[in-house]
Amino acid sequence: MMPQQFTEIWVYLSATPLLGLTITLLAYQAAYWLYKRSDFNPLLNPVALSVAVLVMLLLTSGTKYETYFEGAKFVHFLLGPATVALAIPLYSQFEKLKQMLLPLLGALLAGAATAIISAVGIGWLLGASHVTLMSLAPKSVTTPIAMGIAEKLGGIPSLTAVLVIFTGISGAIMAKSILDVLRIENHAVRGFSVGVAAHGIGTARAFQVSEQAGAFAGLAMGLNGLITALISPLLLKISGLVLLQ
Amino acid sequence: MLGAITLLLVYQTIGEVLVHTLNLPIPGPVVGMLMLFITLVIRKSVSQELRDTSQGLLQHLSLLFVPAGVGVMAHFTRISDEWLPLLVALLASTVLTIAITALAMSGLLKLSSKREEQKS
Repeated sequence: MMPQQFTEIWVYLSATPLLGLTITLLAYQAAYWLYKRSDFNPLLNPVALSVAVLVMLLLTSGTKYETYFEGAKFVHFLLGPATVALAIPLYSQFEKLKQMLLPLLGALLAGAATAIISAVGIGWLLGASHVTLMSLAPKSVTTPIAMGIAEKLGGIPSLTAVLVIFTGISGAIMAKSILDVLRIENHAVRGFSVGVAAHGIGTARAFQVSEQAGAFAGLAMGLNGLITALISPLLLKISGLVLLQ
Repeated sequence: MLGAITLLLVYQTIGEVLVHTLNLPIPGPVVGMLMLFITLVIRKSVSQELRDTSQGLLQHLSLLFVPAGVGVMAHFTRISDEWLPLLVALLASTVLTIAITALAMSGLLKLSSKREEQKS
């Protein structure tokens, strides 16, 4: 095919939502195939791989993110119903959940506070700007919640979305080694800690390990969304006197 | 499948309506998840259809994060200006959060099982 013809077709296709949607699914399936072939090696995280491929593709073709998102938003939309669907694995773990209620809540509070304080504290020590810090604060919470929190704190919601995804990817990659070093064997504990730190991407990873780990990760993700929305304005106000004059 | 998807969307809509009318600081889908969970606990069963559909949706949960992740290209300037604090804060905070949550939970589980033993 002539290059000029190719460009014309690309321009035509980019104007419809079809292209953004199709390349998202293609890139993800290629990445997932590789991930599966590697026997689910956490380093070959499918989100990281497909984001890298898509960004390169969009940059080389000169396509704007807004144009791409016109198509990709159909995938993005499914985050809502998928969040609701987490109720089902949660229900299957209901009996275990009842037994562990207090330890779960204690761990949740410790983890949520650690996520906010350590991210903002380290960023501040290393000289990040105020807007960046406020966008970073809710980074362990699932995308739609985190964006809402960032907006309230005075961060940039779309930057937060990106930081959330990268937190999720790094959590999914590192969790196994951290938990192995700490000799945590209980799948409920493993799943829950990944869900608190790395929301849905950590949850996706946990579901590949076991249904129990996945259910507890999903629970942690939902609860951490609730608690971070409630405590982050408070924590940042208190620390703001010392941290962020 | 269609029935199950409709059910999920109905619960999401209920969640959105509750969040907006009660001015809650949390997103609609999370409220929808809690409502569906409560429904299942009351009904004490999940239909096979709902189970299959949710499994299908959650199996590729990570796909759903790809579009937002590609948004990194809209923030290249800020990220390259502040890459060091961002990278260190993000990685260190994620390691700390996983470790502290896991340690707190296993500590508290041990504590509560000891209490149970003492009781019995």
